[in-house]
Amino acid sequence: MVYNMRRGRTKKKIPQARKVDITSYRSEAKPKTYLKDLQKINPDQRKNMLSAGVDPSHKNRAGTYIQMDHSVVHSRSFYPGLEVMSTTEALKKYEWVDNYFWRLVSADADKFTRQAQIQPHHGYFLRALPGVKAVYPLQACLFINDNNIIQNVHNIIIAEEGADLQVITGCATASDVRRGLHIGISEFYVKRGAKLTFTMIHNWAEDVSVRPRTAALVEEGGTFLSNYICLKPVKTLQMYPKAELVGRGAMARYNSILFAPPGTHLDVGSRVILKASGSRAEVIARAVSAGGDIIARGHLKGEVQGIKAHLECRGLMVSEKGLIHAIPELEGTVEGVDMSHEAAVGKIAKDEIEYLMARGLSQGEAQAAIVRGFLDTSIMGLPRELQKEVDIAISTCEKEVF
Amino acid sequence: MLRIENLSVTVSGKEVLTDVNLEIKKGQKLALFGPNGSGKTSLLMAIMGFSGYKVTRGNIIFRGKRINDLSIDERARSGIGIMFQRPPAIRGIKIRQMVEIIKQGDFNRDKEVGELNLKELLERDINLGLSGGELKRSELLQLLACSPGLSLFDEPESGVDLENIVLVGKIMNRILNKHEDNTGLIITHTGYIFNYVKPDEGCVLVGGRLHCRGDPKRILETIKEHGYEWCTTCEGEELKRRSHKPGK
Repeated sequence: MVYNMRRGRTKKKIPQARKVDITSYRSEAKPKTYLKDLQKINPDQRKNMLSAGVDPSHKNRAGTYIQMDHSVVHSRSFYPGLEVMSTTEALKKYEWVDNYFWRLVSADADKFTRQAQIQPHHGYFLRALPGVKAVYPLQACLFINDNNIIQNVHNIIIAEEGADLQVITGCATASDVRRGLHIGISEFYVKRGAKLTFTMIHNWAEDVSVRPRTAALVEEGGTFLSNYICLKPVKTLQMYPKAELVGRGAMARYNSILFAPPGTHLDVGSRVILKASGSRAEVIARAVSAGGDIIARGHLKGEVQGIKAHLECRGLMVSEKGLIHAIPELEGTVEGVDMSHEAAVGKIAKDEIEYLMARGLSQGEAQAAIVRGFLDTSIMGLPRELQKEVDIAISTCEKEVF
Repeated sequence: MLRIENLSVTVSGKEVLTDVNLEIKKGQKLALFGPNGSGKTSLLMAIMGFSGYKVTRGNIIFRGKRINDLSIDERARSGIGIMFQRPPAIRGIKIRQMVEIIKQGDFNRDKEVGELNLKELLERDINLGLSGGELKRSELLQLLACSPGLSLFDEPESGVDLENIVLVGKIMNRILNKHEDNTGLIITHTGYIFNYVKPDEGCVLVGGRLHCRGDPKRILETIKEHGYEWCTTCEGEELKRRSHKPGK
């Protein structure tokens, strides 16, 4: 079923993400110096990293990876059993790492994956050794500092058997960056009984194009929680990350919180393929258009009996312009799959605004409070410490957005 | 405190209040009786300035100033507060956050939350999935936080069990008696709440018209004995004639 706020229920052609011309970006960037001490990072970069959930002071972090343009500027783990390095370094350090490259994402998938294969610019390698459970998250930042460049990263995250790994990754640009292209290949491996909580906050610029290509493999009893937050303007962002649940009792949950101001085009979905009995999945999206376009996709595919999955998309229009187009898909290939979806797109209800006004809030304050409430991150079920950090990043963002 | 002059109000083009005249003096607690659908809630909504309630004629005067053209929040900030009968649910805004945003002056959150037995509900979304009693207690907490000079109570006893009605009455009394000038307009169609809150006067609204004003106890007894229709035929007629006199 296709819901389109502007055109009503429709069978018209589904809108597609804006086209991106790879050749229009510079493939070279000035090398950046490695910073042993992140306190030396400049205030503008620090501010933009903080808005993406990455704290250069390392406070409440188990380790940090920062890449600027095509250079690794910091890479460090503070926690025994957690590894933090660039994927280039990991390939040198461990022969076996090669087996984790291009296993879940095909290099031939599209022109962006091909570009990342031909001209890779590092990316992060984060790994929790078997049984390691860290209280604080690792943080990784992919930063675009030079104008009009292309950044192709390839990231690998591995939660080994029984490990519990939390990751905050923030993508951001320097304030004077107007244009750029970020291509991010990410392959996540959640081994038997492991848990990976991956929270990604995007803080791009108005004329930046973004093409993440992400997939996860979850083994028996493994849990993969993926949270995505994009509140800042971006020219075009298109991604459709996929999780394959291959082991009995594996679980995946995707939460997306999307805000599209005018000029922003988001084509964002999450896909879970349930391949093992007893596996469960949940895909939840909250989308607010303040004049931008959002295509919110979701796809659940149940391939074996005894699986359970739910897809939910709520959209809120706060402007006369813009569009929210929810495209939920359920696909069952055998009997005995339990899958459901709900999608709702609407405007802010007048009675809600007036209720808040009757308590003394102005119309603008009431509207902002409702939008903030709609984008409530407590739906993500984050661990307390991580929730606090995400809330700090979001409130920093919100101060600029609302 | 509040004076309503020749007020007529329409909802979706249909007249729901006709030529209503009403005055509530500073510190007064007025009971407004009326059957379902008589226009009681419409009157409160019109006083508060809700968009669905269009004032086609007349004036609403609060603390000596005409407020017809003020927005809802301006009216709230000037000292009018309302306890809704059926408040809308708002996802993502927690009761705790709401109270933090709206609180005024010396409001002591922890004390009031304890008294209203709302501690467990502070992290719940406003009005989402709350029971009748919980809704009323949450509304009263917000009203306490706003500390209005004029409080409008819309059916404070509806959907509330016996235990909660005692608490509702107690908190209403606290709101109404916090300052000498605090004023209240209390809507009811059953009158149960008046076992706990004592109004100074009562009046009756039937078919969008105000009919009677006097001792609330006597009015309630009369309604119980004769029904609301009777109110449209007795003293109300006298009141109507008087209120229609030119210059009034």
